[in-house]
Amino acid sequence: MAILTYREALGRAMTEEMARDPKIFLMGEEVAQYNGAYKVSKGMLDRFGPERVIDSPISEGGFAGLGVGAAMAGLRPIIEMMTWNFGIQAYDQIINHAAKMLYMSAGQFNVPIVFRGPNGAAHMLAAQHSQTVEGMLTQVPGLKVVTSCNPADGYGLLKSSIRDNNPVIFLESEMMYAMKGEVPDEEHLIPLGVGSIKREGQHVTLIAWAKMVSRAMDCAEQLAEQGIECEVIDPRCLRPLDEEMIFNSVRKTHRIVIIEEAYQAASVGSYIAEQVQRFCFDELDAPVMRVANEFVPMPYAENLEHRVLPEVDRIIPVIKQVLYMD
Amino acid sequence: MSSKGHAPDKSSGGKQSSKQDAGNAAYQDKSWLLSVYQEMCYFRRFEERVLQAYTTQKFAGFCHVHIGQEGLCLGVQKALRPTDYMISGYRSHTQAIAKGIPGQQVFAELFGKATGCSKGNGGSMHMFSKEHRFLGGHGIVGGQVPLAAGVGFAINYEKKDDIIVCYIGDAATNQGQFHEALNMAATWNLPCLFIIENNRYGMGTDIKRTTSIDHLWKRALAFDMDHGQVDAMNIQKTHEFVSNVVANIRKTKRPYLLDAICYRYKGHSVSDPGLYRTKEEMAEWMAKDPIIQLGDFLKKNKMATEEELKALDKKGKERARADEDWADEQPIPPEDQVWQNVYAD
Amino acid sequence: MAQLILMPKLSDTMEEGAVANWLKKEGEEIDEGQDLVEIETDKATMAFASSAEGVVLKILLEPHKSAPLNAPMCVIGKKGESYNLDELIAKATAGAKPADKKPAPAAAAKAPAAASAAASASSQAQPVATGRVKASPLAKKIAADKGINIATVTGSGPSGRVVAKDLEGAAAGSSMSRTVRTGEDRVIPNSMMRKTIAKRLLAGKNDAPHFYLTVSADMSRMNDWRVRLNKEAEKTGVKVSVNDLVILSVAKALAQHPGINASWQGESIIEYGNVHVAMAVALPTGLVTPVIRHTDQLNIRDIAKLSRELAGKAKDGKLSNEDYAGGTFTISNLGMFGIEQFTAIINPPQAAILAVGATIPTPGVDAKGQVVVQPRMKMTMSCDHRVIDGVMGAQFLQTLVGFLEEPLNML
Repeated sequence: MAILTYREALGRAMTEEMARDPKIFLMGEEVAQYNGAYKVSKGMLDRFGPERVIDSPISEGGFAGLGVGAAMAGLRPIIEMMTWNFGIQAYDQIINHAAKMLYMSAGQFNVPIVFRGPNGAAHMLAAQHSQTVEGMLTQVPGLKVVTSCNPADGYGLLKSSIRDNNPVIFLESEMMYAMKGEVPDEEHLIPLGVGSIKREGQHVTLIAWAKMVSRAMDCAEQLAEQGIECEVIDPRCLRPLDEEMIFNSVRKTHRIVIIEEAYQAASVGSYIAEQVQRFCFDELDAPVMRVANEFVPMPYAENLEHRVLPEVDRIIPVIKQVLYMD
Repeated sequence: MSSKGHAPDKSSGGKQSSKQDAGNAAYQDKSWLLSVYQEMCYFRRFEERVLQAYTTQKFAGFCHVHIGQEGLCLGVQKALRPTDYMISGYRSHTQAIAKGIPGQQVFAELFGKATGCSKGNGGSMHMFSKEHRFLGGHGIVGGQVPLAAGVGFAINYEKKDDIIVCYIGDAATNQGQFHEALNMAATWNLPCLFIIENNRYGMGTDIKRTTSIDHLWKRALAFDMDHGQVDAMNIQKTHEFVSNVVANIRKTKRPYLLDAICYRYKGHSVSDPGLYRTKEEMAEWMAKDPIIQLGDFLKKNKMATEEELKALDKKGKERARADEDWADEQPIPPEDQVWQNVYAD
Repeated sequence: MAQLILMPKLSDTMEEGAVANWLKKEGEEIDEGQDLVEIETDKATMAFASSAEGVVLKILLEPHKSAPLNAPMCVIGKKGESYNLDELIAKATAGAKPADKKPAPAAAAKAPAAASAAASASSQAQPVATGRVKASPLAKKIAADKGINIATVTGSGPSGRVVAKDLEGAAAGSSMSRTVRTGEDRVIPNSMMRKTIAKRLLAGKNDAPHFYLTVSADMSRMNDWRVRLNKEAEKTGVKVSVNDLVILSVAKALAQHPGINASWQGESIIEYGNVHVAMAVALPTGLVTPVIRHTDQLNIRDIAKLSRELAGKAKDGKLSNEDYAGGTFTISNLGMFGIEQFTAIINPPQAAILAVGATIPTPGVDAKGQVVVQPRMKMTMSCDHRVIDGVMGAQFLQTLVGFLEEPLNML
């Protein structure tokens, strides 16, 4: 198995898929000649030429909509958002057009398209560059929402996202692009809607996705020294959500802490909490607890940013609370 | 009908004026003119019945009718090939029919019936037909313009010589997505015909009160895009002009912005009495009615008598009535349709 | 034909309107689509076009008088046409909402069914009553499973919440569950079962004054039927035993003799409304009597399937309380062991039990008076004399024998 960075794994996924299917093209700001703002599409212009790897104007709403129209006419676009903070400009096209086309047309026009780009806080980028979007976009029927926490998952999930016949929101992370990990040499696809158990344990379930998975793993590591075995689960796809995996883990540990880089209200975490209390009520030995962003716009200063995000020092006391250890 | 004096030379409309005489021969073709006359009557009667059905509470929701704009709808349609694409806004019942969707399916869609062209999932604003390449009525003002650019992109990508017609209301030209899409279409030479259905009012607001330019074709200047203006109350002029534009787009792959001057007789939607317009203004436009204009032409050139025209109108009336009768009889969608087509397999 | 024009809905919120101005007078001609009247709505005054063509025959609504939606406004028809206004109004009101809203019948029926299903589900999901004791849902479940009164447990969680680990201690204090958990598996399940058997049989024999009726049936026809059924078994996958045929016949006979399908209750006798036949299943550890519910409404293959299922469950020790409960009559069959005839002890609170012996080739006299060898099966019914008298029992057995000797009689 090769060791790849997360950005290389994503680039490999796109390159393999474009080589397989000529209807796939990549469009976005700086994706071609500049090789991508975060170098995810490095080398793809040389390989596929300017007809299929296209630098767009700075018009997120415009080129997102162009992708939707092209998908309606039979192509399979990959639309890169330089960051999802800019992708918010394209919400009309994503929410009102991409997500609803199949339904409005009663099945006549499906929209096979991937909107991908980095999501959430990076490091000291302040309020306008640190938003997470999964809470808003999982609210929209018609969209699939996919995250990944390591290069292998990113590779397998992006390939499946590109092959999916629906609009897929593929959320990456600036902080993860340089992350290294083993990626199988042979092609592999991870089905959308199947979660992954990242660490097994019997005392408490920690659920996290995207870069919060590594936070959860850090917590599990620290608590293991005190004899507490955390089970870390990553649903990977937030829509469709692998609810069975979550319920099975809760049935085993009877306690769950949800860790998400998002605001608490009306978020993916709040949905999971509701599902767990509903379907695992008699299994719970403690309330479902959550650790999320503080409800403030992201501050710039490093110490303040740290205070807002769910970091290990804020997560561990909550885990101890559900274990009645405090 | 030619592009206005202040339109720049590069306007295709201007370039095409020399072809106009040759094209005129077509407009002497009696059978073509009579069939177009009958279709315009049908469209008008169709929308009248739609209004009646709404006011007698046979259906609900929003309802925007196209009465007065039949000349543009048919003049454009007759210039297209079946494989050309079309996309439009929320006022698109008769455009959908012109593109090939049977009127009865459009009526059934309005009634929320299972056999509507969108099976009752869409309603007045969302007529769709993959078969006829009608990519929807859309309800977000201006939202369909980037989609049209995308279809144009796909046509080029697949090396086809179809075009896409994108209808836009006059007030949608102030929407950001319109500008983004026109910029991309012009930059990448996408085969798109953007037609502003310029009836001069965005809902109840006179376009002059919200727009800094006096003519909407000037929007094209910002993108160095071919453009022109046409009197869309006259179907013969419209058809000739648009035919030339379409031929040119096919040849050059350059997009085109057409400012089509027309008028809607009814309010923005059913509940709008249209008080922002004077009776005089309405009377002035209605005198230029596309059906009356063509009728006068036919009579003047001894191609039809008043009685013959009335008979054609009656046929249109009967067709519209039959569409509604058919729709009345159709079943409503089964409940499990709620869960279908949220996601594709 | 004359047409009635009704007050239209001209805005999404309009409930009534008034005529501002008639644009056509009585006697004037009007075309379809031509403006007929101006109407004041809740939002504005709007012109309304005619949906009919002809002559305005009659104006029914004075200007400035408001009227509800669909109120008659005027009549349009051919010049000089006569019409009956009442008829027009009746017809128009009947069809005031002509849009065909008949829902697919299945869809309409679904909604209340789903609602009642939800209601019954929620009524079943009663939480364990624990008074005001604070306990986690898991703790409540564990307490219920172990039969621990959670109110007696001290909670270690926030505000004294009882959590799972508090119950581990409580459970350890209960001697019974300790034995169950760690006890010698050789002893406990056997003795419990034998205890139950002993208790029930003793009660059955002591309380119920038994008397016994024995008959024998010619099983030729039943055997033929069984052979036919089992030929199809390759297709259906269900093999039918003699015992299944007996169960079926008994159930059908019980349905005709409710006095046998009964129970002594001291002040009264219950004749059960349902026929639930219990079948005795021998296990190495004792005897169990799982129940086939609504036996008289099942066909032979269902019975065969269920009896096999229950016997299998019994052998695996997987019978639930539900599988035992509610029997109204019991059949005990030792025929497969070659037992010709025996008597059984009534399974209380039932009033009778049928002991079935082996089918044995026996010389007999057939319908023509010839001595022939017949496959005959003997059965003895033990009856609770408090409930069943001799003749009642005999009549039941007569019916039963009739069924066994000619299965078609059951149809």
